Amino acid sequence: MSLSPTVKAGAPAWLRSWHYHATYYAQTWRGSLASNILFPIFFLASLGVGVGHLVTAHTGVVQGQTYLHFIAPSILATTTMQLGEGESLWPVLAAVKWIRSYHAAAATPLEPEDILFGKLSWVVTRAFVTGIIYTIVIGSFGALESWWSLTLPFIGALIALAFSAPLVAFAARSQSDAPFSVIYRFAFVPMFLFSATFYPISAYPDYLRPLVQLVPLYHGVALARAAAYGNASIGPVLCHVAVLAVMAALGIAWGRRTMRRRLVD
Amino acid sequence: MSNATPGPILEARDLVKKFGDFVAVKGVSFAIERGESFGFLGPNGAGKTSTMRMISAVSKPTSGSLSILGLNPLTDGPEIRGRLGVVPQEDTLELELSVRLNLEMFGRYFDIPRQVLRERANELLEFTQLAERANDKVDDLSGGMKRRLTIARALMNQPELLILDEPTTGLDPQARHLLWERLYRLKREGVTLIITTHYMDEAEQLCDRLVVMDHGSIVAEGPPRDLIAQHSTREVVELRFDVESHDDVDLPLSNFAQRVEVLPDRILLYVDEGDNTLRELHTAGIVPASALVRRSSLEDVFLRLTGRTLVD
Repeated sequence: MSLSPTVKAGAPAWLRSWHYHATYYAQTWRGSLASNILFPIFFLASLGVGVGHLVTAHTGVVQGQTYLHFIAPSILATTTMQLGEGESLWPVLAAVKWIRSYHAAAATPLEPEDILFGKLSWVVTRAFVTGIIYTIVIGSFGALESWWSLTLPFIGALIALAFSAPLVAFAARSQSDAPFSVIYRFAFVPMFLFSATFYPISAYPDYLRPLVQLVPLYHGVALARAAAYGNASIGPVLCHVAVLAVMAALGIAWGRRTMRRRLVD
Repeated sequence: MSNATPGPILEARDLVKKFGDFVAVKGVSFAIERGESFGFLGPNGAGKTSTMRMISAVSKPTSGSLSILGLNPLTDGPEIRGRLGVVPQEDTLELELSVRLNLEMFGRYFDIPRQVLRERANELLEFTQLAERANDKVDDLSGGMKRRLTIARALMNQPELLILDEPTTGLDPQARHLLWERLYRLKREGVTLIITTHYMDEAEQLCDRLVVMDHGSIVAEGPPRDLIAQHSTREVVELRFDVESHDDVDLPLSNFAQRVEVLPDRILLYVDEGDNTLRELHTAGIVPASALVRRSSLEDVFLRLTGRTLVD
């Protein structure tokens, strides 16, 4: 073995971890890209146009929007939530327990925080790209009414991070995947269905509304709608952003602890 | 390899690792010289892996002092790890990706530029005799090939110190010998090797010097030959009798040997000349179902020091 000169590329440690995920994804992206583009088209065509006909015939507009325009932003919100979830539970448990690729990374100059930030920044990257694709698809259905729509990819990234960070933290301390399907069935599926995703929150009786407003996805959906229509007032928008940002921040703080405990203690 | 600092490449004093109430490593001390091949021999659960994780600058010692490459792992962890190669017990490879990509992606962790990664991956694929499989999925490789790939991966950053945790566990004899041969070559090139194993033949083959660990402590230290000379006789006679348990054998065997060890499946007589002992047994009318004469090994050292066998 001849010795090559020691040169550094100069990338910060977390970015090297991001690069690892990106390289991995580059090997397997084809299927997910197709579903990234086709899923929103199918959804908008079946629910927005199909169900939309019925809604229009019965009730006319929903919150001043056609049904298609009403659900289009929520599809972006729910999809980025699912992306944040799908990237975080099983893949992280595999990396700390089954394949142990995070343990391999922890034996290099990377610190557990670098591995965590590389992972989360990768999730954010994917959600942002997904957000761009969805924004274009939603726009092509004519469902965007404001320049604020250009913030939709950032909103998608924030939603993905808000869900991914605590789930990565949880997966990093898990010994088995048994709780994951419980989380999926009893947290994510109900959230997907009941976060005022497919109908306005005014469809709930008064006493249930505060409960729905406690659900994190509700804030993601409301934020995406605000961006798409550009007609929201600043107070609620800041509240939605704050809820998601706090989830992300708490998740990151928890993840730093669980990753460190799992990888280096 | 460069950056030679004077003194040992690695020095540990009274190293302790606790997990809650459980003490995995109970105050071990050792020093490893540059270019040396140093072994940790002991059964599963002896504290070898915990020790390995501390000297890889991954897990922090609960107490004691540790110097790696002249640096302090508590403060210089990333720099130390950048100059080490670690071959963990499990291969931790990305099974769905190609052999080459596994090397290049891992090399990225060390901030090695793309061009250099490519060159090094080529060199190491040659070195580990995997060049022909470079574009195959790792999942399709044999166990021995995966192990060699894990070693190639650990060499991507041209480490001064290579740490191998149970490098040949689970491999067939041919794959083990091929791997040993590659490790000799690394040693000749000046790489310091640290190896844990519970195979005494591996320790004898690969290590210039070793420590024997048991229950989190070091029970002996020295070159393999010296340890054998110090703690065992030259030869061993293994006797098997046709009985339920060898504890039931009631014969005056201690008259024929310097030391007798009774194991569940056989009896060991520690002697200098095994063939002579066999003849004496025959003359005395003691006829075992089978008898075998062999040289003393580290297994016997371990048995002597701990009263137990290495591999159960």
